[in-house]
Amino acid sequence: MQCEICQSKDATIHLTEISDGVRTEMHLCEQCAQEQGIGAKNYIPLNELLSNLLAVGPKDEGVGSLSDIAEICPHCGFTLDKFREKAVLGCPHDYEVFEKTLLPLIKKAHEGATAHCGKVPSRLPKDSKSQIEIARLKRQLDEAIKNEDYELAAQLRDKLAGR
Amino acid sequence: MKLTEISGGINEWFSGQGPLSDVVISSRIRLARNLAGHKFLAACTVAEKGEILRILKDVLMGLELGDEIFYIGVDKAPVLEKRFLVERHLISQHHAFGKGPRGAVIARREFFTAMINEEDHLRLQVLRAGCQLPACYEQIDRIDNAIEQKVDYAFSPKYGYLTACPTNLGTGIRVSVMLHLPALKMTSQIEKFLNAAKALGLAVRGLFGEGTEAAGDFYQLSNQISLGVSEKEIVSRFESTIIPEIVEYEHAARNQLLSKDAGILDDKISRALALLKNANLISSQEALFLLSHIRLGLNMHKFQGASTPAIDRLCSLCSDSPADGNPKGLSIETVNRLFLLTLPAHLQLNYGKELDSARRDALRAQIIRSALTG
Repeated sequence: MQCEICQSKDATIHLTEISDGVRTEMHLCEQCAQEQGIGAKNYIPLNELLSNLLAVGPKDEGVGSLSDIAEICPHCGFTLDKFREKAVLGCPHDYEVFEKTLLPLIKKAHEGATAHCGKVPSRLPKDSKSQIEIARLKRQLDEAIKNEDYELAAQLRDKLAGR
Repeated sequence: MKLTEISGGINEWFSGQGPLSDVVISSRIRLARNLAGHKFLAACTVAEKGEILRILKDVLMGLELGDEIFYIGVDKAPVLEKRFLVERHLISQHHAFGKGPRGAVIARREFFTAMINEEDHLRLQVLRAGCQLPACYEQIDRIDNAIEQKVDYAFSPKYGYLTACPTNLGTGIRVSVMLHLPALKMTSQIEKFLNAAKALGLAVRGLFGEGTEAAGDFYQLSNQISLGVSEKEIVSRFESTIIPEIVEYEHAARNQLLSKDAGILDDKISRALALLKNANLISSQEALFLLSHIRLGLNMHKFQGASTPAIDRLCSLCSDSPADGNPKGLSIETVNRLFLLTLPAHLQLNYGKELDSARRDALRAQIIRSALTG
């Protein structure tokens, strides 16, 4: 299919718009789409995202509660200001101490994810391992439903029920 | 061990071998880990960093990797050696020029490196030639398990492996492949690749990682999400979907060059060959750019059986042995060797002393000329 604008290159971007119940379609090449201000999803690299989030002032919405901001980690002495300045945390406990502030940031950085479902240290207590396995199964179940793979979804549901 | 023992040769991951090696130069996996019961580095005193270094160095030097391993005190290393290690992809720029006690444990064959006190206490890395991500993961997982027998990592059942920066949280994994995409660039389709990668949530960097331009048509593609997805899922997505698609695009672009734009392809290869064979001064960037076109020509001959006047001229520089498709004289390995050995720190370390930019350019041109003209 040829680009509707330049009529020469192949159309690789296909735009469907529904406005007032009327459906219109546009088929454009990469270059013409960019000239029209339409491009592939504009992705923000994570480091940029992190610095943008951290650059927001403490009074702005979504950057954590006032109690979080005033908090000093008793284990490392870090504050949120310090985190903003260095873009790294002071110790593993900061994930609990500043959780309210960090959680939205973690969600944005990891496409909404807030639970680990990967490798587990072999020396971890059994109940913790089981907690991670449940998180993994739930995520796989959501994925299976999204992909309309109902057979797999049923198997995963049964596995979850058995836990 | 002295670095000059490895600086004159090529490393395994840049050998030009391995699956899909005409497009995928190498596969790399790194894991970020921190010790439980210790602060992250940003809050550590020098003494605390020294203690972390001591603990991890002891554990790592005791690993059984089936290869000789050596330790480099990065904080005390001369600047030229640090630059060499960065060019070799054995440590990061951040590690080379960071602060405080820090070091690197490296396998002599260079398939494994551990950076101690980089951004996290421990950054493990496994590298292999070509497209070999599952093998990389299997190996790094084994090494990680062996370390975990000796130390406790900072881990939370909710968030997984706890890292200094929340962007590495969870698995702490970064999967990346180094790609050579000259035909996509020549056919002006590289933007399409960059946009597709971004839409998939992947980061694209240059030859030397963060903040570097894509020199010589080399691109590093890596995952950004490390939480809420397992290590094996990330690896499998690269192996079964992302890499095959990109390789197919690059192959299609190479076919397009042959069928529609053979004149452009031939011009690029001829110019590259003429300049590399005759230049008296050549910068590092120019060498990467020109060698990239030579590499493309050789690979198109080897993998697609391409024959054009310029490709045939290139092949005449190889002592033909069509049976194994791996000619002597000029070969992919020669070109890869030139890529690496003509980088600034490599040149100087192998020459035995520091050289200014003009003398480096002259030495680089001389090395390339003698490799191409025999």
